[in-house]
Amino acid sequence: MNTKVSPVTANPWETLRQFTDARIALGRAGVSLPTAAHLAFQLAHAQARDAVLVALDVPGLSQSLNAVSGKQTCLSLHSAAADRTVYLQRPDLGRRLDDASRETLEGLKPAGPEPSVRLYDLAFVVVDGLSALAIEQNAAPFLSVLQRRIAAENWSVAPLCIVSQGRVAIGDEVGELLGAKAVVVLIGERPGLSSPDSMGLYLTWMPRVGLLDDSRNCISNVRPAGLRYEEAAYKLHYLLSQARQRQLTGVDLKDEALADPERLRVSEKNFLLDHSRTPGASGSQA
Amino acid sequence: MKRHQYTHTAGCRTYGFHDLKDLMAKATPARSGDLLAGVAAHSAEERAVAQMALAEVPLATFLKEALIPYERDEITRLIIDTHDAPAFAPVSHLTVGDFRNWLLGDAVDSEALAALAPGITPEMAAAVAKLMRNQDLILVAKKCRVVTRFRNTLGLAGRLATRLQPNHPTDDASGIAASLLDGLLYGSGDAVIGINPATDNVPQVIRLVTMLNDIISQYAIPTQSCVLTHVTNTIEAINRGAPVDLVFQSIGGTEATNRSFGVSLDLLGEARSAALSLNRGTLGDNVMYFETGQGSALSANANFGIDQQTCEARAYAVARQFKPLLVNTVVGFIGPEYLFDGKQIIRAGLEDHFCAKLLGLPMGCDVCYTNHAEADQNDMDVLLTLLSVAGCNFVMGIPGSDDIMLNYQTTSFHDALYARRVLGLRPAPEFEAWLQKMDIFSKDAQFRLNPSLPPAFHKALLRLP
Repeated sequence: MNTKVSPVTANPWETLRQFTDARIALGRAGVSLPTAAHLAFQLAHAQARDAVLVALDVPGLSQSLNAVSGKQTCLSLHSAAADRTVYLQRPDLGRRLDDASRETLEGLKPAGPEPSVRLYDLAFVVVDGLSALAIEQNAAPFLSVLQRRIAAENWSVAPLCIVSQGRVAIGDEVGELLGAKAVVVLIGERPGLSSPDSMGLYLTWMPRVGLLDDSRNCISNVRPAGLRYEEAAYKLHYLLSQARQRQLTGVDLKDEALADPERLRVSEKNFLLDHSRTPGASGSQA
Repeated sequence: MKRHQYTHTAGCRTYGFHDLKDLMAKATPARSGDLLAGVAAHSAEERAVAQMALAEVPLATFLKEALIPYERDEITRLIIDTHDAPAFAPVSHLTVGDFRNWLLGDAVDSEALAALAPGITPEMAAAVAKLMRNQDLILVAKKCRVVTRFRNTLGLAGRLATRLQPNHPTDDASGIAASLLDGLLYGSGDAVIGINPATDNVPQVIRLVTMLNDIISQYAIPTQSCVLTHVTNTIEAINRGAPVDLVFQSIGGTEATNRSFGVSLDLLGEARSAALSLNRGTLGDNVMYFETGQGSALSANANFGIDQQTCEARAYAVARQFKPLLVNTVVGFIGPEYLFDGKQIIRAGLEDHFCAKLLGLPMGCDVCYTNHAEADQNDMDVLLTLLSVAGCNFVMGIPGSDDIMLNYQTTSFHDALYARRVLGLRPAPEFEAWLQKMDIFSKDAQFRLNPSLPPAFHKALLRLP
């Protein structure tokens, strides 16, 4: 009799998939990936490769950002990287504005004050980065949540800027030209296989051209399936307040904000630990 | 016109190179980061000629001509001040080209290379790497053995360890535990169980370290944990009483690069002392875990006109000073502007592993790529196989190759099992014994996974809601 046994060894812990998007419990053919898991990976990689090349819909984004901010008009800027191919190989060009964009910002300056005077408390710079999708999906709803959080405080906010083909550090030049004391860059992170829509936030105090990464604070993976808007806004607001108070950002400014307490109860939620047995696993240090 | 310190003639054309730094940069195999930096050779012929000129440079020259002046860079000072002249003696009369022959020679074995390591500077290692083909980098690295210990023994011949990397985009405890269990059940985690936390937050670091400590204790796993956060966070966590095994830090090959990471040699020394004071190792006191990767110096505007492979080798001088348990080049992480495609990533991975081993470091590799690079799983298979042949200490282990927190692709639990099977490699001995004791690996056949759920973990799954 011909009994057909599958050559794939399934994993009896598939139920753990409820806890993570990670590719766990895939099973195995010998020690190798089963065909279905292998092909699913290939598809996800193909989609992420395609996502890198998609261009930002600037008019559409302007519209939704204007709706959030009320009356302000977004400025549309461009980096010195002319197109995607140049952008991918020349990060130096992605960190600087093109001439037309620089002139636009210089034209905004009132005639009176010294160039070094910072007129605004805060500037938001929305940058496509490596995922236009992340920005199109997350920038406006996140800013709307953040705005509710800071509305009661007196922050003078610079005109909102959208930058195409930009890197994180382009916020330094934009913030400096706008005359902002702090800049928040909202940027599309490089697309992962499971998260083509991740947005990163970078906060820099007294932005100016030439600053390095140790001058910034980063909040990563902002998206509904990652770090939720409310939580990201809570963290950013904490960092903004600290930055304004201490007049600095970067490695000397630690994120001590206690996020969602539910999420931080790691020991209690961990099925691997038998709490009747493990003395250190009480979670009481919290 | 600037004088040329080095010249070499090919046919009727004479090429000039300003100085040693220029010669090294022009001699390096082609890659996008050196083009971006404007230091690469202008033609294939110039590159080949530069390699010929570099082959004629005496090794001793590297002790006299610092690529970054001694006064300006603490890593140059470290390299010069810690150079071991007696260890250097066996090769002190050689040129770079002769050094390649010497390394490849039958007479030079593991003992000779271990004795030589303190006498080799990063620049010497980088220079000879530039003259080597991939097979040379593999052959010599395989002869180098660097063994380190904390709660198990890493780097023995015939062994390939893995870092179990159960990252989660929100540091969710159950999500991390799910990936962690998946990895353990696929035989992963002897190098370290290491989490990249989603945000830089000291309380969260403490909670994650505590969670890993509790799991390692409860299941008596002969391994160590690490939460990969900035060194100042780890020091703070230690001060607050967290059960820290290993201190992690990204490092680079120039003082200015490290400054951009917010670290210095003093700070790293302070961190090592803090970790040593906890005395948590059972077999050894290698408490540091460093990550490196070509391109970081240029990315920080801190490369001083030095090519990226040489900058990377200089980072190993920093690592060597602190007796690490693990060093890891995250080779394809930084993106196509530094390593454009699979070919460049593969070459860089082999160079980094070779240079680090020659300098006496316990080198592993994060065999990886991002979605904006011209690379795919086939390229990773090639590099994983080559590094496993070359005796790489460890690679990454992650569910299905896909890191859902860092958004890149690295080697999976399955990939490590493949490499172990095709090359007959085994996990660290203490960890292998644990895998058998827990019924994860069958006791009769070393490389066979048991199909059923091991009893200890069956109980854990019963706790699920």
